[in-house]
Amino acid sequence: MSTVGALLAKDLRAELRAKQSLPAMALFAIATFVVFHFGLDRARLDGDLAAGVLWVTLLLAALLGINRLFVAELEEGGFDGFLLAPVDRTAMLVAKATALFLYLAGLELVAVPAFALLLDPGLGRALPELLWLLLLADVGIAVVGTLVAALTVQGRARELLVPLLALPLLLPLLIAAARGTAPLLEAGGGSLPLRWPAVLGLYDMVFGLLSYAVFDFLLED
Amino acid sequence: MYGKGLRGLSIATVLTLVGAFALVFFYAPTDADQGVIQKIFYVHVPMAIVALCGFVFAAAMAIQHLRTGERRYDLRAYVAIHLSLILGIGTLISGSIWAKASWGHWWVWDEPTLVSFLIVVLLYACYQPLRFAIEDPEKQARYASVFAITAGAFVPLNFLAVRLAQAYTHPRVLGTTGGSMPGSMRLTFLVSVVGMALLFATLWKYELASKHTAQQLRALRARLTGDAAAPTVRSGQPALPAESTV
Amino acid sequence: MALFAVAHAGRYVAAAYLVFLALVLIYVAIMASKLGRIERELGELVELSRRSSATPADAHTREGQPVA
Repeated sequence: MSTVGALLAKDLRAELRAKQSLPAMALFAIATFVVFHFGLDRARLDGDLAAGVLWVTLLLAALLGINRLFVAELEEGGFDGFLLAPVDRTAMLVAKATALFLYLAGLELVAVPAFALLLDPGLGRALPELLWLLLLADVGIAVVGTLVAALTVQGRARELLVPLLALPLLLPLLIAAARGTAPLLEAGGGSLPLRWPAVLGLYDMVFGLLSYAVFDFLLED
Repeated sequence: MYGKGLRGLSIATVLTLVGAFALVFFYAPTDADQGVIQKIFYVHVPMAIVALCGFVFAAAMAIQHLRTGERRYDLRAYVAIHLSLILGIGTLISGSIWAKASWGHWWVWDEPTLVSFLIVVLLYACYQPLRFAIEDPEKQARYASVFAITAGAFVPLNFLAVRLAQAYTHPRVLGTTGGSMPGSMRLTFLVSVVGMALLFATLWKYELASKHTAQQLRALRARLTGDAAAPTVRSGQPALPAESTV
Repeated sequence: MALFAVAHAGRYVAAAYLVFLALVLIYVAIMASKLGRIERELGELVELSRRSSATPADAHTREGQPVA
């Protein structure tokens, strides 16, 4: 547990100092909302259009964070140092996934209010249930994102492969999140059908267990 | 030896598949709603089923590879994914033809199987580029196995999510007379699936035998010319160690 | 009218089955070309081994047999 803490602390400290991932993700999300406004020529959105715009934007912004997740390790030889230490290797998985989760949470702290401001979807009453969806989705994106990042970091064409691998893998998550959010943002206001958080939970569990089982093989030398 | 049993297998494939198509056109009754167009079902769905099983089989091979470290499992997974991808593309094309014949559109988002397949094919299309991006052969094999396992776990989740997303809004477009298929249709369908599975098995063995032979030739050449068998060309194909038994 | 509709629909069915056939045949064609290359390489290696066994004190070709 303390290994995870140490790794996580190192990553967060590096992020706070260099400010690489989080500001880029947040700015990208805001810019994308503006682009959507002009692309769709709408001043306000509701229902499934609003849900779609929100989740697609979050997903694309997440790709930026995923791209950079292991870059520091790669460039500064952090992998080798880690492999020499007598610690459980999945600690790196947990630490990286947690870091990505925190970046996503930070992203949403900026993006969701920006979304409410720019595209006026009537977020107020939707908020508590939306938070649940965001939480569950963030876990899934963090887990799958870490896996994809680890798979691609040591090869070539990393920036190309990350979206190609991550987007299909994240599609069930996107479907569940967007379908769940759509009734919440409906003009009259709706409630969250339970199936979608259930699907998200299942997704998180399957990929969480899978990553845990498989991550060791990615770090072997 | 991959070639062993290949002749028997291919004969069985020919008999079953030709028998299946004969059943399709001479035995199975014409569907009441869709007419003769429904016959596409007997080639589209077996391709889909065998492709999906192929992907899951590849994941199983990948798990074996990671567990034992033997690279022949990686080769088996590679060929299985390769074949399943071809069948997946065939599924998409035949599904598209079916959609055009039934609804006049070359693509329908309402058919959950078709949509799920699109996503699955897009994902597995990245398998080879991923392999190609990693130079070290052993690492390449390991990472490819991780991908095969992840993608294999993804397939059922994907189908679930897409199906749930369609549930209320759209009725099945390309279904067949609901759940009640007359016995003759069911038999024809079964034979088609078995035929398709046999085809997959035959082509799988065929390709493995071919790759294995090519690799042994390379090893032989290395020994005869005295060069180290160092590949100078980067490749996305799995490379077995020189003295491999199969 | 009905006959025309059936003939028209039959064309799609034929197309679907032809796609399947095309995929299998393209696969066979690719495998055939690979086989051709294997045959050619094998011929070169036979030539090579013939040359090397012509030179004295060379390694036994016993080693050069493919693993069964």
